[in-house]
Amino acid sequence: MKKDETFMPKILAFLCNWCSYAGADLAGTSRSQYPSSILPIRVMCSSRVDPLLILRAFLNGADGVLVAGCHPGDCHYQEGNYYTRRRFMMLKKVIEGCGLESDRLRLSWVSASEGSKYARVATEFTKKIKELGENSAKNEIFL
Amino acid sequence: MTKALKLTKNTEQGVREFVKFLLEKGNVKGVFTLKKINQKGSVAYSLITTSDELNDAVPFYPLMPTNAGTLLSRFTLNGSTTEPIVAIVKPCELRAFIELIKREQGSLENIYIISSTCGGVYPLKIVAEETIEKNLSQYWDAVKKGEMNENLRPACTGCTEFTPYTADITVDLIGHNNLDKECVLILNTKKGEELAKEMKGEFLERELDKETLKKFYDKRDAAKKKLFNEINTKMKGLDGLIEIFGRCIGCHGCSTVCPICYCKLCEFDSSDSEYKPSTYESELKRRGGLKVPPGTIYYHLGRLAHMGISCVGCGSCEDVCPVDIPLSIIFKKVGESIQQIFEYIPGKNIEEKIPLLTYEEEEFTEIEE
Repeated sequence: MKKDETFMPKILAFLCNWCSYAGADLAGTSRSQYPSSILPIRVMCSSRVDPLLILRAFLNGADGVLVAGCHPGDCHYQEGNYYTRRRFMMLKKVIEGCGLESDRLRLSWVSASEGSKYARVATEFTKKIKELGENSAKNEIFL
Repeated sequence: MTKALKLTKNTEQGVREFVKFLLEKGNVKGVFTLKKINQKGSVAYSLITTSDELNDAVPFYPLMPTNAGTLLSRFTLNGSTTEPIVAIVKPCELRAFIELIKREQGSLENIYIISSTCGGVYPLKIVAEETIEKNLSQYWDAVKKGEMNENLRPACTGCTEFTPYTADITVDLIGHNNLDKECVLILNTKKGEELAKEMKGEFLERELDKETLKKFYDKRDAAKKKLFNEINTKMKGLDGLIEIFGRCIGCHGCSTVCPICYCKLCEFDSSDSEYKPSTYESELKRRGGLKVPPGTIYYHLGRLAHMGISCVGCGSCEDVCPVDIPLSIIFKKVGESIQQIFEYIPGKNIEEKIPLLTYEEEEFTEIEE
């Protein structure tokens, strides 16, 4: 694993349309600074994120995967994020149980008004991934 | 104390007589059980409606040709069976059936379940070797004494869920000294009591002997820990996974026989998971090489994510694996770690929802960093 200063991770971020995507938007319009490592993908709800999408991203070499949605209780569809939370717990166990780095996955609640929180999450997570180094799946042939 | 029925016959004979009686009386119209195909150790699950055909039924034969949970779900997919049937299954098969019912793939209505404390089954390849008959007396000896057998399916060696949870009738096998002289049917439910009502035999109050089972549990638990530790040392990082799964030929046999994998079209057999020529091209540009067929690790991790929550640890997957990947232990280990977060034992309670299909508002607040 490479741990050099110039390493800029690629982090896939699944953002829910109603809260977190708007939060990311607010971070932009408020001119909050955060690393360019984040590649946002807008989904209608955090519960839309099939665990397989996360696994696929991970095996395709994403250095980190962020799933962000509305705060519990605030889901646009009433209860989607509660399911997300359980699924995320489950997926973390799968990753851990297989001896992989579950720290490369992160779940965060970011509301539409939390532009600064989004920027903070992005910065923190990027820092964490930088510490972990490059995802070795990136150059792996035998997948 | 629970009601029980004691028959003065050897256990297998006793259960055979009992289901014959049920058929003749008309209490049930069919019996689902293992039946001998030949004298060399080939058995198959069969649905039997005439009592003569039950002569070579071997309800507790230590083999699992298919997980009976899958088979029972086939009969009951449209709701209940038209006529009542009695099914003699192993505890993990019963749990698999319950998990399938939770997924609306079957029904318990009109089915009486007879199960037993289970000493485990042999890998299926023993059928081809035709050596199982020689092992049988040794197998039953060990079961009688409450000892572990050798050379069972690894999943069975490390199985701590050998007592059925929701059977109408439980047959006492493990640690039951008089297996060849008597047959004890423990009538757990009203349904079970009703069924046995008119059978000739001695009715008494009896429960499974907790102490014997605890001792057996401890042995199994130690074996499980050993198996888990072994696999843990191998499952280290991506390299470890490649070491384990690299030899997978992608036959998907493990998901075909998995009782929990009920999807008619599996995600991993669908065109979504297919590599198109353009995918190969882009992958090759990035990676500089690719194992063909690709997607092995993705398949196994994905399957863990799909069915790990309900894995009953029957070991069918490993049994059919042509390249002997220690699937059952991996799935059991990871499955249990998932089940533990939700304090869920698959198939234990039919009322309990599958944890991923329900939620509590206040829980796992620590997950959000």
